[in-house]
Amino acid sequence: MMFFVAAVAVLVALALAVVRALAGPTVFDRLVAANSIGNGAILLLALFGFLTGRPEFLDIGILYALLNIIGTIAVLKYFRFGDLGHRGGEEPTS
Amino acid sequence: MTPDLIIDIVSGVLLFGGSVFLVIGAIGLIRMPDVFTRMHAASVSDTLGVGLLVLGMIVQAGFTLVTVKLLIILAIFFFTGPLATHAMARAALAVGLEPVLFDRNGRRRRKELELIGEFTSAQRLEPPPGRSAAPKKTAAKRSTAKKSAKKAPVRRKPVSNRGKGGSSSKR
Repeated sequence: MMFFVAAVAVLVALALAVVRALAGPTVFDRLVAANSIGNGAILLLALFGFLTGRPEFLDIGILYALLNIIGTIAVLKYFRFGDLGHRGGEEPTS
Repeated sequence: MTPDLIIDIVSGVLLFGGSVFLVIGAIGLIRMPDVFTRMHAASVSDTLGVGLLVLGMIVQAGFTLVTVKLLIILAIFFFTGPLATHAMARAALAVGLEPVLFDRNGRRRRKELELIGEFTSAQRLEPPPGRSAAPKKTAAKRSTAKKSAKKAPVRRKPVSNRGKGGSSSKR
């Protein structure tokens, strides 16, 4: 019962994050929203496993969490330095 | 009161609290005026929402392998949530986005403005006094990097971020 409520809440949060991802004026708004969507997907996966009585999807949840952070950092690096192969460390001040 | 009932009640309270925080964070993600404040709102659902939900699931799962996996997920969230938020805020500042510093009447908020100025100038000047180990080396590296950047004809312009931000060059 409570799992169902939590799953509905996660779905609502996902919908709001999708709205922000579509509307966000800057790239970083979309990135924040994408990060939230990834977190919501992991939570929904875990809750769905508990809802159906087979909580064995959690390995996939761990994988999603790692991919989420790596993807966020990669996109951030691209939009900050303009190049994924940049060695970083230096502020691109103009 | 059987133990099952107690477990159900505890996990139900945790799950409900997590859901509430998750929805609050999502509403903040919609309603906040600014990238930085949106990150602030998203971090609410990243820490408290996810944490309480996973804790509720742990209480429901008992001492099994599922609990271990949930704890791993919780640890990943605890380490990567602040990391992602910090990286995003830093990249947004470096690219030239500015926080919204006007209140509802259009007045500028002096205190925050001074804080922001301090932060950016401290970032632009040189190493914080804490690390005295190799200041020369970093300075030399930086100057060579600047030189090479000057030499290279193509310098990437930072993304001007579609309207709202403006460039950081006026500070």
